[in-house]
Amino acid sequence: MILKLVTLGLALSVTTGASYADEDQIRIVGSSTVYPFSTVVAERFGRNTPYKTPIIESTGTGGGFKLFCAGNGVNTPSVSNASRAVKSSEVALCAKNGVKDIIEVKVGYDGIVMANARNAFDYSFSTRDIFLALAEQVPGPDGALVKNTARTWKDVNSALPNTKIEVLGPPPTSGTRDAFVELAMESGCKTFPNIKALKKTDKKAYKKICHSIREDHAFIEAGENDNLIVQRLRANPDALGIFGFSFLDQNSDTVKAAKINGVQATFENISDGSYPISRPLFFYVKAAHLNKVDGLGEFVAEFVSDKATGEDGYLSERGLIPMSSDERHTLNSKVLDAVSK
Amino acid sequence: MTDQLKNSPLSAASVEGLGRRYRAEKRYRFIGFAAVAASLGFLAFLIIAIGFQGVGAFFKTDLRFDLDPAAVQDSGGDAFGLLRSTIRSNLEGASSRRAKRQAYGLVSSEAEEQMQALLDAAAETNTNPQVVWVSASAEVDLAVKAGIDALINAQDKDAGLTRLSDQQLRWIKTLEQNGAVRTRFNLGFLINGDSRDAERAGLGGAIMGSLFTLLICLVLSFFVGVMAAIYLEEFAPKNKWTSFLEININNLASVPSIIFGLLGLAVFLNAFGLARSSSLVGGMVLALMTLPTIIIASRVSLQAVPPSIREAALGLGATRIQAIFHHVVPLALPGMLTGAILGMARALGETAPLLMIGMVAFIADPPSSVMDPATALPVQVFLWSDSPERAFAEKTSGAILVLILFLILMNSVAILLRKKFEKKW
Repeated sequence: MILKLVTLGLALSVTTGASYADEDQIRIVGSSTVYPFSTVVAERFGRNTPYKTPIIESTGTGGGFKLFCAGNGVNTPSVSNASRAVKSSEVALCAKNGVKDIIEVKVGYDGIVMANARNAFDYSFSTRDIFLALAEQVPGPDGALVKNTARTWKDVNSALPNTKIEVLGPPPTSGTRDAFVELAMESGCKTFPNIKALKKTDKKAYKKICHSIREDHAFIEAGENDNLIVQRLRANPDALGIFGFSFLDQNSDTVKAAKINGVQATFENISDGSYPISRPLFFYVKAAHLNKVDGLGEFVAEFVSDKATGEDGYLSERGLIPMSSDERHTLNSKVLDAVSK
Repeated sequence: MTDQLKNSPLSAASVEGLGRRYRAEKRYRFIGFAAVAASLGFLAFLIIAIGFQGVGAFFKTDLRFDLDPAAVQDSGGDAFGLLRSTIRSNLEGASSRRAKRQAYGLVSSEAEEQMQALLDAAAETNTNPQVVWVSASAEVDLAVKAGIDALINAQDKDAGLTRLSDQQLRWIKTLEQNGAVRTRFNLGFLINGDSRDAERAGLGGAIMGSLFTLLICLVLSFFVGVMAAIYLEEFAPKNKWTSFLEININNLASVPSIIFGLLGLAVFLNAFGLARSSSLVGGMVLALMTLPTIIIASRVSLQAVPPSIREAALGLGATRIQAIFHHVVPLALPGMLTGAILGMARALGETAPLLMIGMVAFIADPPSSVMDPATALPVQVFLWSDSPERAFAEKTSGAILVLILFLILMNSVAILLRKKFEKKW
């Protein structure tokens, strides 16, 4: 204890007189899904403008908002990346700390794929199959809920092969997991009329049924590192993995995606909305920082420019799926108005 | 049993089972040897596996394009336009919009700057450059390292062994036949800052960040640690209070490192308001972490100095502080330094505490002072291993090799110090 105090004392004396001003550099936190895109824009921005390259931390969407909403001081981040829209609880947290004016910027879409090794079986799942394979509880033969005991894909759907269900996916802290649960599991869950009816009467129970992933060895939490999942798929042809489209795009030599509801996970299908498991990506800008942090408005302008997030923009090469040009133009003109105010 | 043993003066009890006892010793030796061999085997496997994957990171591919003197004259210093027209004129069939895009995709984003540098140099010396060497893009780099012919002849064209198109592969093949492809040592890998373009990403920023962090860590923890150890060992009374302190120091040495990160976040960032992501805060957090290690190592090496040295000094009229600082500490110093270096080596490999204080981040500009945002070597490994782009797998292994090299250097220095200055009593 004494030692700690001694160090603290030393530390204090070392740093007296140093300047803490950080206003000349943009700080960005948030989603690990937006991180690969945000960093590319930041690097170009740093190279092509007189401003410093923004610093980007990959904290996860929720963790990002916690930091972002901590206050309006210049030592708080100016931008928070998110792989989902901001929650009302997060808006409330921001407001409580004085962060009242935040600007939402939608950058494009990301698809979530279920992939397996290239030389393995070509799967085609319906979202119902996915729900029946991965949910904690499923409707039994008489319609009542029973614990999920499906062992092979054939148990789920007789058209599928007799292979053990083994799915590697992200942990609950991940935005990818949230989106997968909401888009794939829930839509499969809703195909059962009695569960769908439950949504109106008992929303909590409905959520519990549709959003709970089984905890036996059929679903394996594989951590946040998607490269690791890709490597494990290559080693185990029976396994499937859940990750973002950008990883599929970059690793198409070793893994391939399953069709979902008959739709292949391709750039075009995600872009036009026919692929069912896709989600919008956002970042949020602290309006109070626009005139305090150098280059913040210019950074936002670079991010929403055609060059970056347009149809042929440099982010599309990295696997970001751009919005349709109509949607982009309406949203972006609003954003540009807001940042230039 | 031989006659010799039968007739020996040894008691029957000690002779009995002698063979069994010798066999036990043999067995023990064998097991010990196997344990050492297994651990060496694992280490060798790790280094060889990473070495194979990572050696490519130290080399990069350049492409040569012939310049048209007239185009250079007309360019008026516009490197971007000149680069694109040069690529078009060098590659056959780069005329449609799609083909042009593919042609431009062969070179790195660095190429424009290299072209600019060439134009600037030419303008200064008033010469007319004939050719330009530019960096290839990461995909081309990987393809050249894998062998273009193998990719072109691949049986399964759909397998997507490379993200390059057939057209792009044919262009590279033609360039290779004309001797316009070269592989050279990738100095940028050691001096550049981080980048999302694998071919220009480097460890320079991370190495600088690690150096700054370790410097702060060493300055803070070594002096405080050594002073604390001297006080505890030589001056402090031996009572309940000091043994309580000793237990706590030993405890701190084994606390998971992320806890120190949380402490740093609460104290250095939130209470003191120091700059997030700076190597100053990183060094302070790591200093807290290494402090107990240094105190323990320093106390052990002070204990190893024979009491006769102290007694002789005191007997000749030295005060206690003179006896300790003139005689005991110099003898204990090699052990203290060894402890400090081993502590530093551990600090060099830490990522967890740095996560909490924002050093795990994309930071492109290398730091120039301890107040600048910085990353560290293990952080860079962590970040690259998570990148979707294939070319970063090679860079990750390359970065691990550099990190291991630094660790080997530090540990060798520790052993050298011990060998050179250690006194045997």
